[in-house]
Amino acid sequence: MKSSLTEGSTPEQLPVAHEQQNERKDGKQDGKQDGKLSLFRLLLRDRFATVSALILVFIGLTALVGPSLMGDLATKQNLLFANKAPFTLAYGWEYFLGSDSLGRSMLARLVVASRTTLSVALPAVAVALFVGSLWGVWAGYHRGWRENVSMRIADVIMSFPSLLLAVVVLYVFSPSAANIVLILALTRIPIYLRTARAESAELQSRTFVDAARTFGAKPNAIIVRHVIPVVLPTLLTLATLEFCYVMLAESSLSFLGIGIQPPDVSWGLMVSQGRQYLQSAWWLSIFPGVAIVVTTIAANVLAAWLRIATDPAQRWRLALPRKRLIARIPAKEAKP
Amino acid sequence: MKTATDQAPAKRSRAAAAAAGAGTAAGQAKAHDVVLQVRDLAVDIRTHRGTVRAVNSVAFEARAGETLALLGESGCGKSMTAKALAGIMDPVCDLADGEIILNGTDLAALSPKERLKFAGPELGIVFQDALTALNPVYTVGTQLGEAFRIHRGLNAKEARVEAIDLMKRVGIPEPESRINSYPHQFSGGMRQRILIAMAVALNPRLLIADEPTTALDVTVQAQIMQLLRKLREEGQMAVILITHDLAVVAEEADSVAVMYAGNVVESGPVSQVFADPRHPYTKGLLESVPAHLERGAQLKSIAGSPPELHDIPDGCVYQSRCPLVQDICRAERPALRPVAGTPVAGNSGAPGNAGTGNPVAGTPVNIPSGKEPRPARTAACHFSEEINNV
Amino acid sequence: MSEPLLKIDGLTKTFHVAKSASGNTRLKALDGISLTVGRGKTLGLVGESGCGKSTLARTLMMLESPDEGTVSFEGTNPFGLRGKELLSWRRRVQMVFQDPFASLNARMNAGDIIAEPWATHRGLYPTSREREARVRELLHMVGLRPSDARKSPQEFSGGQRQRIGIARALALNPDVIILDEPVSALDLSVQAQVLNLLNELQKELGVSYIFISHDLTVVRHVADRVAVMYLGRIIETGATEEVFDHPRHPYTAALMSASPKLDVSGTKRDRIVLQGELPSPLDPPSGCRFRTRCWKAQDICAEVSPEPQVLAAPDGTKHVAECHFPLDSIKGLTGATAAATAGAAATATAAAAVPAQ
Repeated sequence: MKSSLTEGSTPEQLPVAHEQQNERKDGKQDGKQDGKLSLFRLLLRDRFATVSALILVFIGLTALVGPSLMGDLATKQNLLFANKAPFTLAYGWEYFLGSDSLGRSMLARLVVASRTTLSVALPAVAVALFVGSLWGVWAGYHRGWRENVSMRIADVIMSFPSLLLAVVVLYVFSPSAANIVLILALTRIPIYLRTARAESAELQSRTFVDAARTFGAKPNAIIVRHVIPVVLPTLLTLATLEFCYVMLAESSLSFLGIGIQPPDVSWGLMVSQGRQYLQSAWWLSIFPGVAIVVTTIAANVLAAWLRIATDPAQRWRLALPRKRLIARIPAKEAKP
Repeated sequence: MKTATDQAPAKRSRAAAAAAGAGTAAGQAKAHDVVLQVRDLAVDIRTHRGTVRAVNSVAFEARAGETLALLGESGCGKSMTAKALAGIMDPVCDLADGEIILNGTDLAALSPKERLKFAGPELGIVFQDALTALNPVYTVGTQLGEAFRIHRGLNAKEARVEAIDLMKRVGIPEPESRINSYPHQFSGGMRQRILIAMAVALNPRLLIADEPTTALDVTVQAQIMQLLRKLREEGQMAVILITHDLAVVAEEADSVAVMYAGNVVESGPVSQVFADPRHPYTKGLLESVPAHLERGAQLKSIAGSPPELHDIPDGCVYQSRCPLVQDICRAERPALRPVAGTPVAGNSGAPGNAGTGNPVAGTPVNIPSGKEPRPARTAACHFSEEINNV
Repeated sequence: MSEPLLKIDGLTKTFHVAKSASGNTRLKALDGISLTVGRGKTLGLVGESGCGKSTLARTLMMLESPDEGTVSFEGTNPFGLRGKELLSWRRRVQMVFQDPFASLNARMNAGDIIAEPWATHRGLYPTSREREARVRELLHMVGLRPSDARKSPQEFSGGQRQRIGIARALALNPDVIILDEPVSALDLSVQAQVLNLLNELQKELGVSYIFISHDLTVVRHVADRVAVMYLGRIIETGATEEVFDHPRHPYTAALMSASPKLDVSGTKRDRIVLQGELPSPLDPPSGCRFRTRCWKAQDICAEVSPEPQVLAAPDGTKHVAECHFPLDSIKGLTGATAAATAGAAATATAAAAVPAQ
């Protein structure tokens, strides 16, 4: 065992003296005792990740309590105030972000739409994650025909243009929120299925899994105890990225008119409805568009941070001081 | 930590002269000439917990036609030393101090560009894991010919001829047909031969072998060691062998430098060091090897484990595990000084230092380069005389 | 001699691989392996990569099932067991793996790792208090502290991780522990500590070991009997001293000779350095598998596969070797080296062995 500090290795490979393990100040990486707390502290070290997390929390809160605060502002039509420009309080605080062609408050509509958008995106991701992961882990662990059949099914689903599939299904059946969630979930299942299968297949040949087999542990017990805890962080990171995709997909569907139907409102629908007014009332499409973009970026940044933070072998990268990475051979004259 | 600053200007002009001549083919060194001299080598690593010293005040020399072993367990800094010599340290490592004098040129004082001229013609390095050290997408012929194309300016065809020659030199059968094969198509032993071939392509004066046989089977190991001996004889190279295997050192090396926690704790000719160790760590290592003890007898093992680099104590680095430890060991780090009763070469210190066991802190071992007799025995211990009383 | 604890007879295991250079798709990893292990004794298993020792370990642990042959553990054949009986048999043979980093799940803490076997064998320590107490006891037995139970593997050194692995293997109170290169990945000083630990445990608990290693000095120190494997066959077995000092099979002699010795008396010893490469297990040589690298090979070696012969050993122990021309027991290793260095060219294919110095 050489000890060499390369990019991929960690300081953990340096041997630890038993006597010196008593004193563990901020210590070696994160001790199990500090589990959750140190994850939080790690988050605070990364400014971008912290900001992203805050944004997502803010949007989540908006979706939760916003609509009740807005009351019926989102639906109240007032043609006197139609198509008013934003960034002025002249018409009252509720029209700070402008109004649409029916005089409804943009601010209120954005808030209410956030709930709709999230209530489609989050369940879709959750269902796909749950079904895809369990299926993938099972297929990957057992290998053989189970793996092959599962992968072929995944291939079939993935080779359908997902938007086309969604259009067809939602046209045939009514485009209710539940149907949208189901079809979005179905088209995303293969992502989790493949990832979970690949990780599970690699894990099941690892030595500690072999060790468990030597005790006579049943496959399901091994999957629950060894495979899922290792695979879960990757899948959660994937889910965060998928969240963005699903949100955009729902926006596209609404844009095409087969997603959320009026009088319900989602960000995608708002973008669609503002299409014909782009020249005259740009805020009708731009604000909901910005909302989508901001949420997506925040989720992406957080996902990138999460990927490193949930891997015990990589976590040290987040704790490094930000210094120069290029070595210089120091000039001899500088020596005392 | 002393650096010979007054000699620096003279060295630099010599370095410039030597660098200018480095491109030409190196002539063979005479047997036993000092090829490499390392003094006060120190390497720092920047970690998230601060800067640690991974290699500290390391000094040794390598002679033509001889093998020097850097012996130590994992984390002792031997691989880091090798990388510092070859100039391939990670970006988070800094060469904090020291001189690396290869045929009169101080490598540590050169810029990276000048340093590159040395790689290949003067210095070759063989790594441990041949499969990861070879590029899987290039054929063996391309990789072997690389040195010739870069340093001798040969074209592809000429380089190929040289490559086939090289394969013959290292004993790869049917080189004409195998030159177009990829690394994964060779066995482990063959791959290691290819790595060795790449290292000796330009007949370097110094060959560094970093655990070259650790990943190989015993019978293959014997073959590779035989090959290294042959190449060393042919080219009168100095070989630095980095290993943790005492038996390999006993059989292959002429002199040894034992490293612990980044420091050299003992050095000298192998037969003397192993027969009569003067540092408790060396003694402990030798006693850990299962010799012809009665089965069922307990091995004498060294208690504890090496210190973490962040926690290396002031004073002697071995104090936490040493059976001879006293207060002075905790207060003062013993320097690497000559062992009493052994022939000493050109020591600047008074004979009194060598004769008594009195610690004289900070006396460097100052051996002038050039033509001098057998290497001195040194040990970094306040009580190197009393070792055998344990 | 007392009834052996574990008896293996004619064990054969073939793998099917997708493709190979010779077109052969059958890899015979084990070809008629026969071994015995006595109660409280250590059997050393040596061999180089590709010889099948890992496959043998996995088969004994029932991670693979053999194609032919029998395993008899105190009279019972575990491969014939099902369900509850099989589960209770699994407790009797446990394994310590080579890589102390890969064999422990980095996301569990040490206590959970050691206690994991009991999740499948619930009857052993039903209450959580019993389990905790037993974990503390096991940690103490392997030289770790009770507070270490809450730490995760990254916080331990290689030697300490290996101790956790040993504690886990002991959790089910087995009769036989298979150790697959348990100290190869460890530093020398740590190696000695772990070997001492294994020794103490054997004395205290009376457990038998099957010790697989490529390091001959270690095997010599720990094993009572040793078996040498080459390309899926056991080519020599006997008492440790006998086999090491008087090897009868040329391959064993070459192994002993190639292994570097810690000897500073300054006498350069002659060494047998085998030429040629290990043949692919997919395409083993006809007749005797070792003939392509053997300096004693004759025509008969290519035609007839040698049967195991019981050879006379001076200390009365059983010494078995598979060779048409076993080495002379009196001349021993030095004699073999002399014969090899005489440069007798093999009439079979490859070149002869060449002396080292």
